Amino acid sequence: MAERKPTRTQQAAAPVHYTLDWLEERSGLVGGVKYFLFRNVPHDTNWMQTLGSATLTAFLVQAVTGVILAMYYKPSPNEAYASIRHITNDVTLGWLVRGMHRWGASVFIILMFLHMARVFLFGAYKYPRELNWVIGVILLTMGLAEGFTGYLLPWDNTAYWATTVGININATAPFLGPWIAQFLQGGNFIGPDTLARFYSLHMLVVPGAIMGLIGLHLYLVIRLGVTSPPWSKDAAGTQEPDAPAGRSGLTRPAARGGEAE
Amino acid sequence: MADDRHNPSPSIWPLGFAVGVVVLLVGLVVSPWFLGVIGLAIAVAFGALWAREATREVRAPAVPEPEAAAEPERPSHVPVEPEPERYPRNKFLESWTIGVGAAIGGMVALPALGFMVLPAFTDVKPYHADLGPLENFPEGKFVIATFMLYPEQGEVSRRTAFVRNNGFKGSEPSFTIVSNSCAHLGCPVQANGPVFDDQKKTIQQNGVEVTLIPTQPAGFGCPCHGGQYDTEGNRTAGPPVRGLDRYEFSIVHGNLWLGRIFSVSTVSGTGADAQIQKYKQAFPGNHVDGPSGWLYPLQPPRY
Repeated sequence: MAERKPTRTQQAAAPVHYTLDWLEERSGLVGGVKYFLFRNVPHDTNWMQTLGSATLTAFLVQAVTGVILAMYYKPSPNEAYASIRHITNDVTLGWLVRGMHRWGASVFIILMFLHMARVFLFGAYKYPRELNWVIGVILLTMGLAEGFTGYLLPWDNTAYWATTVGININATAPFLGPWIAQFLQGGNFIGPDTLARFYSLHMLVVPGAIMGLIGLHLYLVIRLGVTSPPWSKDAAGTQEPDAPAGRSGLTRPAARGGEAE
Repeated sequence: MADDRHNPSPSIWPLGFAVGVVVLLVGLVVSPWFLGVIGLAIAVAFGALWAREATREVRAPAVPEPEAAAEPERPSHVPVEPEPERYPRNKFLESWTIGVGAAIGGMVALPALGFMVLPAFTDVKPYHADLGPLENFPEGKFVIATFMLYPEQGEVSRRTAFVRNNGFKGSEPSFTIVSNSCAHLGCPVQANGPVFDDQKKTIQQNGVEVTLIPTQPAGFGCPCHGGQYDTEGNRTAGPPVRGLDRYEFSIVHGNLWLGRIFSVSTVSGTGADAQIQKYKQAFPGNHVDGPSGWLYPLQPPRY
């Protein structure tokens, strides 16, 4: 039998498939992305379970806008405030990107807490996901550290005195507090070094740590699977007798390898 | 018996060796003859233990195990398992990769970490401020003085102090010089009373702009969290844990110079007759006396 002539759609899709196949053969990336995106999840997942993705999105917004702001910001005591004014008032769309970063910071923090509340109320921190809760708590403190270090950067009176108070709150920790505070100040007083090191922490150190921890966080989410809501009939360890064959164990990672297809 | 290949079990000595190298490198910066020697000793000791363990099988191979005695009775049809290699090459390479890698990592990471942490404590520079001629400080009146501790840093190092000339105690001049940094969390305390901005004087001292504004405070108050102090800097209300810090002073060629900041728990008496409980400068919020002061036994070097 003669081969059927490919349809127009097939013709159009051919270069895409060729490219993807080329990539897959050499890297396995296509399969990896499919593995990441097309996972089995419980059939009764809830909208609340999108808060984690929302937090990730907020972080990505912060990362992108922050990198762009860094192209115009000058972290020195004599130029910082002027450069912020320049970004806000003069640079095209600067007001928008700075606004996204400034308000997005609050959104990021709020979403972290909402996500945390969801995980707590759904009991999703329980075995075997305790470690991911711990990583999440570290991410929360890192996020707050981003807020603390970023607050100084506009270098206005609010920033200066809020940071003075924040550093001195650190100093009230017993025994090591004064040493932590002096490390944060980069000397015996708040000065040029304080601004520069807060910029470095805000821009490089803490975001780097956050990215690494988000990677671990997602790895564990994929490895352990998504939890059912607490009202789910499919509680952990129970198997509905009439469940269609091949449905995953819901609280256990879905079996992979195609039997779900 | 594939598990035998994993004997000897992984060693913990390389970790001690790495710690020794770390201490040695830190010691080279901090105190070569004390910490450096300790680090060297740790590294040598753990290195020796490591080497001893790693070469144990080579040095003492022939310890016959009890099973060995039964070996001749083994039926001839059971194949004799090949004896495992006594000192596998891959084990040697593995430990050296880890050990050398740790040493290289330490050599790279430690200077960087030191550069991040140490300057905040070692590069603390002394400061002085020249507030100008004494006639700008009338006896018994407070003046709000602003000045720079580090003129090379510019305005970021500008500080404020409340200065009162107490006249003389015997033949010694006396000044009360109170820092405006609140002993709660460091906000700027304000004069509770009229501030005579119209009498503001701006003078240049050694290229630094110094401003002097007369004031008549009944005390000092902090706008952030409501801490209140009397005119000697004693806490009278609110959250501060001690009195306001003060500056040491000296008089050089008829000019008032400020020196170190020191912390104060309480002041009894006033003006020239004040008895000041003086401490090394502590961070705001840190108790300097009493049981709560035991929580802050060691302040970092602050000049």
